[in-house]
Amino acid sequence: MDQRLITAIVVVIAVPAVLLGYILLVERVLGLVPERRQASLRPWLWILPALLLLGFFLVYPTIATAIRSFQDKTAAANFIGFANYQFFFSSPDTLVALRNSFIWLVLLTALVVVGGLITAVLFDRVRYESVAKSLLFLPLAISFVGAGVIWKFMFDYEPAGQTQIGTINGGLTALGIGPASFITDAPANTIWLIVVGAWIWTGFAMVILSAALKGISPEILEAARVDGASELQLFRRITLPLLSPTIAVVATTMIITALKAFDIVYVMTSGNFDTNILALDMYHQLFDFGQPGRAAAVATILVILIIPVMIVNIRRFQAQEAIR
Amino acid sequence: MTASAATTRTQVATGRRLPRADRLALHIAIVLILIGWLLPTLGMLVNSFRPAGDVSATGWWTALTPTARFTFDNYSHVFDQAGIGNAFLNSLFITIPATIIPVSIAAFAAYAFAWMSFPGRNILFVIVVGLLVVPLQATIVPVLNVFRTVGITGSGSAVAQALPFLSVWLAHTGYGLPFAVYLLRNYMGGLPKEVFESAEIDGAGHATAFFRLVLPMSFPALAALTIFQFLFVWNDLFVAIVYIGATNGTKLPMTATLANLVNSLGGDWQYLMAAAFISMALPLVVFFAFQRYFVRGITGGAVKG
Amino acid sequence: MAPASLGHIGGSVSVLAVWSGGTDPTSEQYAFMQVLKPFEDATGITVNYTSTRDINASITAGVASGNLPDVAGLPGPGKMIELANAGTLKPLDGLFDANAYRADTPGSAALEVNGKQYAEFFKGSIKGLIWYDPKVYTGGVPTSWDDLNTKAQAALANLSGTKEWCIGLQSGAGSDGWPGTDWIEDFVIRQSGPDVYDKWVAGTQKWTSPEIKMAFTEFGKALTNSFGDANSIISTNFGKAGDPLFTTPPGCLFHHQASFITSFFQKDNPSTVAGTDYNFFLEPDINPQFSGAVTGGGDLLGMFNDTPQAEALMKYLITPQAQAIWPSIPNSGAISGSKSVDVSIYPDDITKAAAKDLANAKIFRFDGSDAMPAAMSDAFLKAVEDFTKDQTQLDSILANLDTVQSTAYGG
Repeated sequence: MDQRLITAIVVVIAVPAVLLGYILLVERVLGLVPERRQASLRPWLWILPALLLLGFFLVYPTIATAIRSFQDKTAAANFIGFANYQFFFSSPDTLVALRNSFIWLVLLTALVVVGGLITAVLFDRVRYESVAKSLLFLPLAISFVGAGVIWKFMFDYEPAGQTQIGTINGGLTALGIGPASFITDAPANTIWLIVVGAWIWTGFAMVILSAALKGISPEILEAARVDGASELQLFRRITLPLLSPTIAVVATTMIITALKAFDIVYVMTSGNFDTNILALDMYHQLFDFGQPGRAAAVATILVILIIPVMIVNIRRFQAQEAIR
Repeated sequence: MTASAATTRTQVATGRRLPRADRLALHIAIVLILIGWLLPTLGMLVNSFRPAGDVSATGWWTALTPTARFTFDNYSHVFDQAGIGNAFLNSLFITIPATIIPVSIAAFAAYAFAWMSFPGRNILFVIVVGLLVVPLQATIVPVLNVFRTVGITGSGSAVAQALPFLSVWLAHTGYGLPFAVYLLRNYMGGLPKEVFESAEIDGAGHATAFFRLVLPMSFPALAALTIFQFLFVWNDLFVAIVYIGATNGTKLPMTATLANLVNSLGGDWQYLMAAAFISMALPLVVFFAFQRYFVRGITGGAVKG
Repeated sequence: MAPASLGHIGGSVSVLAVWSGGTDPTSEQYAFMQVLKPFEDATGITVNYTSTRDINASITAGVASGNLPDVAGLPGPGKMIELANAGTLKPLDGLFDANAYRADTPGSAALEVNGKQYAEFFKGSIKGLIWYDPKVYTGGVPTSWDDLNTKAQAALANLSGTKEWCIGLQSGAGSDGWPGTDWIEDFVIRQSGPDVYDKWVAGTQKWTSPEIKMAFTEFGKALTNSFGDANSIISTNFGKAGDPLFTTPPGCLFHHQASFITSFFQKDNPSTVAGTDYNFFLEPDINPQFSGAVTGGGDLLGMFNDTPQAEALMKYLITPQAQAIWPSIPNSGAISGSKSVDVSIYPDDITKAAAKDLANAKIFRFDGSDAMPAAMSDAFLKAVEDFTKDQTQLDSILANLDTVQSTAYGG
């Protein structure tokens, strides 16, 4: 019990104190430095904790992974050139995973950004906004395992003539349409899995976009209304442009989420029936197949795929700074 | 804030300006969206109170008929799990610092990225964000190799004894930072320049500007980020198993206890339904608690004074 | 060897395995604790047991961090071979008389790497049991596979809407499809014998060869004569797949499943009684040349750290005394891996009969998909589902398995 008490004290008091103390200490130290040097030193000290942790938990493993991708599966890790990449681009299974990851990237991002935007704007206009937002947010709070069980009941399929226990097929049967097998029929099954993803992540986009929406000054909107603009014009001419940096953040985050997506497919199909995706393939190679080299190649390809998205982001930040 | 500005905000928020027919359409649209969103969860909520045999024989909606049978067995089974109280405490001990630390550190970094100029700033920032794509499963072997060399992991290690959760906190911080820095830098970068000009005229240092102006003005973004990070850590099983070690049973979070509800042959999955609702209770409380920070005009109010 | 003969040792040993459920007396973890209790009492060793769902990820992380348990349950011989080759698992040969152990334990040959024993067969199951409702099927035990089908047709003639088989392939992330691989394995060993079976598991028998193709084709016939349709067979959980046996009129006559299925029958249909409402016969011979060939599965335990405590535990767990504890628990569905465990310890006649079949098997082979390398096994599971979905694709499915076979073995 005393061990737990110590942990509790550390959690509640020591951790925040260390964090707050760090910045105060940095500023105190900078006060001792000649004023000319302060400006060039300060940013690095403010970023330092983040860089250290990122360096250790992400940068160093990424470099190690890139090296590992050129080695074989043995513990000795002999260099084998591009063989792991060759496997990636010649195996039909990984090519299916690559194709599906692109479908995820496009569709999940589109559904979540549009869904998040619509709901954020609609909910903003009603008194029960906080209740509506909480309900939309609910799926995010459910673990992936829980979400897997939930959608098992949605997609469940029994042969025509048997009692349907799945929600959607129950509805279809009641309408006189035969039951459909959502999970096993390719290529639609990938779309259904993405729907599950959108169900989870739309609340995420909604929360972020809603926070940005609150940042738009009501006076600007009011002035436009006085000028006779309709609500739709208001949205297109004022709200949308002002939200665009946040939309870009949400879109970038969702592109990356889609590339890394793994839990939903793992829980619902294990990647069978042509639903495999890159991150799941990597997981199988790493933990189940004992192929760390091939897994590393997949991870490295994921990192390379994201470079174009990051270039777009650099341009955007340069633009943001130019106008402010 | 003047009285007229307050009135305007209320009007915008309630949509009172919309014609009656449009307002009705708005309410109908919202209600339909919410029903669609809730239906899947509702189905499982109903099923979680039904006997396992019934769940696999008939649809959850048949529970609306008078002959339906209900049971609390699934819930009582989850609460009866040995050590679930301890696991719940572990989850709290893991989640709270693993939320506070990355949000704070990201706020420092985001402020520097947004409002201090230094060479290579944009490139460095984009690399930080780009790290978001690195699958965390790919990172664990290199990181654990270092831990083993340094002696952080392992039951005999002094560090592991004194602060059993330290490596998990730091790991979640590392994995959570790219998104946190990204979101906060974007929000802070959008704050009006006048704020800082007036602060500089007042002779306030960066620390003062950060704590007095930037943090309060960034509250909606900080609140959103806190919720996401809390959720991610709370529902995490993988990072906990990897950094605490599967053999260190008394230190594992609640997700480990709940995952073990299913037996080795894949049976007893009905308990997962109850477990899902039990484990989502706390994150929802956190969400409700932070709701009040998502209000209009915090930024505007601070700028216009 | 009684645990007392191990003497007082003290200290502790850490064990990691998939059995969970805490102190719930119907759970697997509880059963394992019952097995450990005499050991802890006699030796003074504390067993620190942890259960985990994802044993592969736990072991991979454990190897990297140096934080491995002393003793661990292993997912199958495939993973065991991989860990043994990497030098992570410790050989068990010095701990007990390996020859005596192999003679006493069917299937233990699958647990050898380079002539050394790397895991223990802790508890087992016998596969290829055909379950039926004795009130519905009264044709008696068939003498051959053809006889089974003839008897089934006779029984089905008196029923309307009933199909010959119930099949369900769903199981949960990563293991969907295994009931189908069991079907195929049972056909391969009965049609083509243990030599072809061994070559097939070892990766030297082509999937496109007539022997393996014949097994898939026979499974395809059963699928066609099954309750439901391809999609429902794929998405029905194996645990509830047998439920239509008990409906009126019955949905199917037979259910091909391992000995542990009884616990699932009881869960979904609490009113059923073993022997009265369900019974089984062993899947009959196909090629008389290989009469008495049987497959089975089991839980393996391996040792990562050769501490005195871990070695004592490994010695204890294969003793007849330890082997008898779990199977004697009612409704556990478990069968001992050891032949010397007396059948009288089993709690009901069904389990007694299953244990006898296992002990008397003339030819016994370990579950083939579990014994293949993980990449091969995973492709096999997937292939079974793809084949169920569309049987006309058999040739391309088998060709793809050959491609996987060419890279999954070795190293």
